[in-house]
Amino acid sequence: MAKTELNRKTKTEIEDSSSLKGTLASVFLLGFFLIVTWVSVYFLFLNRF
Amino acid sequence: MHMHKFEKIWLIFGIGALLVFLTVLGVSAFYLGNQPPSCLATINPEKVDTTAPFNEPGLKKVEGKDWDYELVYVAQAFAYTPGDIEVPLGAKVKVIATTKDVIHGFEVAGTNINMMLEPGYISEFVTTFDKAGEYLILCNEYCGSGHHMMASKIKVVK
Amino acid sequence: MNTLNAKIDRRDGKLVMAHFYVAFIALAVGGLAGLLQTLVRSGKFQLPAGIGYYQILTVHGVVLGLVLTTFFIMGFQIAATSRTSGTLSNLQRKLGWIGFWVMTAGTLMAATMILLNKASVLYTFYAPLQAHFIYYLGLTLVVVGSWLDGAAVLGKYINWRKQNPGQPSPLITFMAVVNTMLWIVATIGVAATVLFQLLPWSLGLVDRVDVLISRTLFWYFGHPLVYFWLLPAYMAWYVVIPKVIGAKIFSDSLARLSFILFLLFSIPVGFHHQLMEPGIDPAWKFLQVVLTFLVVIPSLMTAFSLFATFESFGRSKGATGLFGWFKKLPWGDARFTVPFIGMLSFIPAGAGGLVNASHQLNQVVHNTIWVTGHFHLTLATAVVLTFFGISYWLVPHLTGRVLTKAMNKLAIYQGVLWAIGMTFMSGAMHAAGLLGAPRRSSFSEYGGAAQATEWIPYQIAQAVGGTILFIAIILMLYIFVNLAFFAPKGEEEFPIGEISDHAEKTPMVFENWKLWLGITVLLILFAYTIPFIDMIQNAPIGSKGYKLW
Repeated sequence: MAKTELNRKTKTEIEDSSSLKGTLASVFLLGFFLIVTWVSVYFLFLNRF
Repeated sequence: MHMHKFEKIWLIFGIGALLVFLTVLGVSAFYLGNQPPSCLATINPEKVDTTAPFNEPGLKKVEGKDWDYELVYVAQAFAYTPGDIEVPLGAKVKVIATTKDVIHGFEVAGTNINMMLEPGYISEFVTTFDKAGEYLILCNEYCGSGHHMMASKIKVVK
Repeated sequence: MNTLNAKIDRRDGKLVMAHFYVAFIALAVGGLAGLLQTLVRSGKFQLPAGIGYYQILTVHGVVLGLVLTTFFIMGFQIAATSRTSGTLSNLQRKLGWIGFWVMTAGTLMAATMILLNKASVLYTFYAPLQAHFIYYLGLTLVVVGSWLDGAAVLGKYINWRKQNPGQPSPLITFMAVVNTMLWIVATIGVAATVLFQLLPWSLGLVDRVDVLISRTLFWYFGHPLVYFWLLPAYMAWYVVIPKVIGAKIFSDSLARLSFILFLLFSIPVGFHHQLMEPGIDPAWKFLQVVLTFLVVIPSLMTAFSLFATFESFGRSKGATGLFGWFKKLPWGDARFTVPFIGMLSFIPAGAGGLVNASHQLNQVVHNTIWVTGHFHLTLATAVVLTFFGISYWLVPHLTGRVLTKAMNKLAIYQGVLWAIGMTFMSGAMHAAGLLGAPRRSSFSEYGGAAQATEWIPYQIAQAVGGTILFIAIILMLYIFVNLAFFAPKGEEEFPIGEISDHAEKTPMVFENWKLWLGITVLLILFAYTIPFIDMIQNAPIGSKGYKLW
């Protein structure tokens, strides 16, 4: 019993150490920056004659 | 080829955003007519002064067209003809311009009127002057030593 | 397989260093010209001795945009190939040397004409402004010389493939080969306009030149040109940086895929530089806008790969949480930190680039100083800081010296100073550009126009930024001279990353050049054939030459 529990524990740790959730968050921040920039200039375009 | 699940999510999101941008641009350009200036008409750059409408630069009221006025400019190093001009507020105007010598820019600062003038070609842009004020026209393509002195002015007045 | 030559052969090293000497002389000259420009545009300073603003602007563009980049890239690509695919053969090295001297001779010819004020036409040399024929000939020689350098890289790659049948080539050699092919396909356009239009015209053999065709050929070259600058930086980001920080390459296959996508999509997109021009049907412009957006995809992939490399590394060092890995990165190592600043700058650079390429949105920013701000983030920060980051280890590797702790510290200051200076300069350029301030223009009050008065504070901010950047350039030159001649003797590593254990075997399809070059050519024909025929059929009378400076 104890052995299997230990195994499970190391497994979750390994998964966490190979997690790329920070990467996903970073690229989405980058993506939102791209969208905000583009939309701002698009509104400038709409506002001007 | 293996791709991480998060990378797939990211690429779907990213490519999706690009598609949305392109759709907005495409609908605006092809359906609403907001194309960048792309006039296909040509002209002999050495005979600009004797070719209509450039033989009479300036603002002219027109009838029976989609726009109310035509505003004609001739560019040459380092000046635009006409100089200062007044346009009534709310007028729908077709700006028509060409160059007699090298490439010039035609930018009305603070507006979407921004086009290249190239020898042999006519540049056009239609817009409604719906904000009053004084707008600087300037050359934004290098044309020689007086490039930064090349300017004119449009007053949009009530 | 990646460690064939842990140390580059001395003879190859000399060839690479020759390229770097010219590149860093160009940095000194071009940097000074840039400083003077920002000072003139502040309105508080005038050039002495009758030197023209547009003369130094031409110096700045030619020397940094064409000379620094081409020499550094050719040197770096030869070094990367020699390191991972083996020492060049005597014939390849000879080709490299001939290429170097041809490029140098061309540079000197063009420089002489600029100094004599016979070529103040900027580095884009748009007809019908007409420079002295020696200027065009000089620039042609720079391109021809780079082809010879490229031939050395391609030759070595062919040798490697023959010796290792059925094996994927070393990643960084593969990348150098993609960039060389991209360069060769792209430069055909500029070679065509110079050889068939501008040279005969400037020599007086023909009277007139077709302006629109010349511009179209130039921009067929002009956009892949910027990717030719960017890809060597990506090589360092994908292959070198993981090794520097002690991580593995995230995925060999995806890195190759992104490079192939750059080859396919960076060429048939030149119209997005010509969106405001008459004589081109807007539907064809829009088609090239769509293709331009496709070339964004490999950069989205690159962003993911890099973050993933950093996060995996941080987590292997025990980082936890969403962003804990960020603190584990080796911030004290200039070989990492300086290119990292470059990577960060590519985020606003990419955002601005999307705006530029967005068809009618280009009306807001076309030929305003926003564009100058944009490529000072792409080329003059992302790319150039990565080149500096490469120099910190490659120069001592080649000269048998080491990057000392003191130099490493100075290098980090240099990178940070660059980031501060560029934030001022490029930030002010972007802002003033949105207000309408033009690029490539000397100081002007435009007859006291209210709008132009608003731009002046931004121009002063640009001069502040330009001054800080110039100090950073002096630091960089000092570090370069130290690493080339004075640093203590020793062994400096040429870092080449290893592929992550999780990555699967690289498919051989990436080395199928018939396929990739075939698609590249098809896409080019698709995007350009009909509009090009239209331009020829509907061409107005050509233009005589003008010398208006």
